[in-house]
Amino acid sequence: MLSRIARLLSSWRIEQRVIYALLMREVMTRFGRHNLGFLWLFVEPMLFTVGVTTLWTATRSLHGSNLPIVPFAVTGYSSVLLWRNMPARCINSVEPNRTLLYHRNVKVIDIYLARLLLEAAGATTSFMVLTLFFWSIGWMNGPEDVLEVVEAWVLLALFGSGLAMFLASLSEEFEIVDKLWHPASYLLFPLSGAAFLVSTLPASVQPLALTLPMVNGVEMLREGYFGSSMTAVYNLPYFVCTIIVIWLLALIQIRKISKRAIAA
Amino acid sequence: MIQLDQVSKSYETRLGPRQVLKKVDLAVSRQQKVGILGRNGAGKSTLIRLISGAEEPNSGKIHRSMSVSWPLAFTGAFQLALTGIDNLKFICRIYGKDWRDKVDYVREFTELGIYLQEPVRSYSSGMQMRLAFAISMVIDFDCFLIDEIVSVGDARFHAKCHEELFEKRKDRSLIIVSHDAHYIQEHCERACVLQEGHLTSFDSIDEAYENYSKYLA
Repeated sequence: MLSRIARLLSSWRIEQRVIYALLMREVMTRFGRHNLGFLWLFVEPMLFTVGVTTLWTATRSLHGSNLPIVPFAVTGYSSVLLWRNMPARCINSVEPNRTLLYHRNVKVIDIYLARLLLEAAGATTSFMVLTLFFWSIGWMNGPEDVLEVVEAWVLLALFGSGLAMFLASLSEEFEIVDKLWHPASYLLFPLSGAAFLVSTLPASVQPLALTLPMVNGVEMLREGYFGSSMTAVYNLPYFVCTIIVIWLLALIQIRKISKRAIAA
Repeated sequence: MIQLDQVSKSYETRLGPRQVLKKVDLAVSRQQKVGILGRNGAGKSTLIRLISGAEEPNSGKIHRSMSVSWPLAFTGAFQLALTGIDNLKFICRIYGKDWRDKVDYVREFTELGIYLQEPVRSYSSGMQMRLAFAISMVIDFDCFLIDEIVSVGDARFHAKCHEELFEKRKDRSLIIVSHDAHYIQEHCERACVLQEGHLTSFDSIDEAYENYSKYLA
């Protein structure tokens, strides 16, 4: 038993080393040593979110409720970053790193995990910096229930990671996945709950909207943020189940492609 | 000690699975220097990848009770967009070594000079090999796996390799795969021949060589 724990601990240490090495390797090639360098990690998603917030404010976009537009856009668009950018970053990430698989402890899943950690760090920093900034200049209030916001954010990140690893590992086998995900992610954006509240939909459509897992996450995030000033509609057990299922599918598919990762 | 027990490996092809290794047995103990002879495409590199643990066999078991290098080969191990130094950092981080005190040795051994600050993509195969060899020396394994690479180096590189591997590290194990029987004859004490997926061990190099040349003819 003790030797088992010792072995597990040493594996955990190796895993940490590998992820850290891959993380540094990604930072180096993605952001290099030029201008802002790795600040781009969160400046880029921030620019997106600020752009969308400005557009929605300027056009007074109808979101069917009386919630203030700035926090509505920040909570909505930040969550889009998680489920949309994570897959984009993971698809085709094995090829530039294939040669690194020659080192016994570097596995395909490590390549994905390193990129996902970076992506999550970028999106989270962007969300936090924007919230604090708009809050400090009085354009939005702070969250009502920070813990619920964190909970929803972590679930959304887990969903995005699972989806990313599943699509990325599937695309190693079927190129068409990559081609279909582009239009799919584009079409999913208006359906994802970023730009509407479920409670404003007709009652008959609501269950249909909630079948998209991320809609549940965004509703929960907003409930934590706005609390009493809105009615959130979501199904937490369903959301958690989809996360577990997508992770299982991802792990199975990664195992499958790992067997021929080097020789391919 | 490295032990391969009934190891088989096959790859998918358009015409169905193709078996590259068939129930291979091999034992390499500390300090032993073993050569594996085989023609192009005999499955030598596959065997080395399996021994290194980069790939898993379809069946059979591989035991490693000493630290084993990655396959020192023409391809692999480096991220081509990164510089030589960044690759050194990456590999040191993976194997849990501090890269800071290794830079001088790598600079001196590889004689790459300013090219250490350039992407590995721009290196010739000889330069890549010098870097691979130098980095594997600073990680310092119990067993080095060498896939042909030494054969492309120039005389100066050969001399350096010889000093590092056969003089300073003569207590380590070595597995060299090559189609060049003379190189193996010079550097190994034991040899095996890989043909049609079967690995045959011979007690003396001469015997292995005889068998191999018969097969070539």
